[in-house]
Amino acid sequence: MSRRLRSRPPGWPRRLGHVALILVAVAFLVLFLVLPLATVFVEALRQGFAAYVATIRQPEAVAAIRLTIIVAAIAVPLNLLFGVAAAWAMTRFEFPGKAALGAFIDLPFSVSPVVSGLVYVLLFGAQGWFGPWLDAHGVKIIFAVPGLVLATIFVTLPFVARELIPLMQAQGSEEEEAARILGASGWQMFFRVTLPNIRWALLYGVLLCNARAMGEFGAVSVVSGHIRGLTTTMPLEVEMRYNEYDYMGAFAVASLLALLALVTLAVKTLLEWRYGDEIAAHAPGGR
Amino acid sequence: MRLELSRLNRRFGGFHALDDVSLSIAPGEFLALLGPSGSGKTTLLRILAGLDYPDSGSVSRDGADFLSIPARERRIGLVFQHYALFRHLTVIENIAFGLRVRKWRLRPSRVEIRARVDRLLRRVQLEGLGSRYPSQLSGGQRQRVALARALAVEPDLLLLDEPFGALDALVRVTLRRWLRELHEELALTTVFVTHDQEEALELADRVAVMNNGRIEQVGSPEVIYQQPATPFVCEFIGKVNRFTVRRSGAGFGAGGWLPDGDPWQGRFDAAAAYVRPEQLKLGVPLALPAWEARLRHIYLAGSVAHLDLYVASIDQTLEADIASEDLSRLGLQAGMELRVAPRSAVLFPQDGAGATVNQERWIWHARSPVPA
Repeated sequence: MSRRLRSRPPGWPRRLGHVALILVAVAFLVLFLVLPLATVFVEALRQGFAAYVATIRQPEAVAAIRLTIIVAAIAVPLNLLFGVAAAWAMTRFEFPGKAALGAFIDLPFSVSPVVSGLVYVLLFGAQGWFGPWLDAHGVKIIFAVPGLVLATIFVTLPFVARELIPLMQAQGSEEEEAARILGASGWQMFFRVTLPNIRWALLYGVLLCNARAMGEFGAVSVVSGHIRGLTTTMPLEVEMRYNEYDYMGAFAVASLLALLALVTLAVKTLLEWRYGDEIAAHAPGGR
Repeated sequence: MRLELSRLNRRFGGFHALDDVSLSIAPGEFLALLGPSGSGKTTLLRILAGLDYPDSGSVSRDGADFLSIPARERRIGLVFQHYALFRHLTVIENIAFGLRVRKWRLRPSRVEIRARVDRLLRRVQLEGLGSRYPSQLSGGQRQRVALARALAVEPDLLLLDEPFGALDALVRVTLRRWLRELHEELALTTVFVTHDQEEALELADRVAVMNNGRIEQVGSPEVIYQQPATPFVCEFIGKVNRFTVRRSGAGFGAGGWLPDGDPWQGRFDAAAAYVRPEQLKLGVPLALPAWEARLRHIYLAGSVAHLDLYVASIDQTLEADIASEDLSRLGLQAGMELRVAPRSAVLFPQDGAGATVNQERWIWHARSPVPA
């Protein structure tokens, strides 16, 4: 026994500390992430798979799913365009107010989503700045789909740009200059040189942007008005069903959102594993 | 084609990158822009490439305005310092890029493009590597791909930005000779930027030495080396010993050394003298003016030996270079005393404030060169 004690590797106590730390981290993850996620699926399937499918196929649920997809389908491409344009401007040009633009891109990360929703109500609501004018021209933004899209765009604004800026900064503009001198037009330069170099980072950013667009609650909740079948997206539908004591229905819709999260996570991990060096900014020496 | 650069100025904030630069580039010439970093040489190259524009001044090509032509229409080949190869394209696709982006009326057929790329691959000695990606190539190979890509569009002017800067010493020398041969074959007007004076002197027909946004001197490598126009050129090109000579009687002197004559006829009282290490004569006979020097160290660097000589009368250490085989012939050993004098020197007079007057340069040669 004493001999075995003496033959302990010298790093033993430190390694014991490592194991303890890892255990704490795993326990924490299980308690706060895995368990709740599992609960969502367990509760959703409590009354069997047939009941689950029937719940999801209710007209209100289908409408919420469709609206969520429509909002994301408008907000994500617009933010893709904005993100690429902003990243291009930030990394390829010098202009006054560049630092301010960089800070503004991050604004939606630091502002509470509820506040950003309220801003749109203040601007476009019935008592808002542009409310009477919009009303006179028969345009409805607040408590309608345009409001949902606007709020979602605002909240998901930083995702694509934030992903591209460090990468494009590290890659520099030399390849683009080379393309230019070789006779490429602006579009040829963008599609043949810039885009291929940022494609995986762009996909990564779009993926995160989409996950947030579909899952956004706060800002959307303020501008939605909660009109069943018309202005409720999936997160809002979950809340409404929960408030109506329809636990099974709430969890069924929530399970779809959780599924989206899992798929996003899987694709994200795959991208990081396969194209990690093209997503994270890497030193230009590795060309 | 002849390029005429006239009075170019370029500022970045408070930094004067180009300060009234004028230069003419002859057809078929191999010109080096040589200078330390921040001297403006890369700015000048980028202006020629159309990637930057001067604040004032003009550039003309065969008499026609060159600056108003956009970069993509200038018919220029540019090799970047870090090559800037398209990392997502193969070697073949990289070389073909400039041909493939042409408007369809001007674009050669697929077969033609392929044939041209193959010819270029042979020319840059990269046959068989066409389907590799840039990340799978060595530095020297990438450099040659960049060159092939630039040559594929059949440019009128080839620009090279520190073409050998990122390569190791052995590859550098090989590629240097190869590039010189290629230039003689193609007779393409070529401008290259470098901070390596040896590279510039060995490769170029003409060298423009730049410093602080100005061109200090333009000339053939021999002229630049043997008749430097300014103290900066003396110090930047090759190694040089610098010391001050002062008026002594009718002429000048420093310690025991007295250059004969005074081209300035008494207008100046002091001058900065520059002597190259290989122009220091060792073992000067007692009859001739020379310094008493102590040989402190001998650094043997292959075929050349560098000697550290301390001259007490001017309180300075001078460096002399001799062929290694002369070490034993002259019986040189560290610690011994030697009589040392320059064979030639370049002197710049100093005005009252101690600034050199470059226009009054004096190239001095020993009147009776003693055999070594």
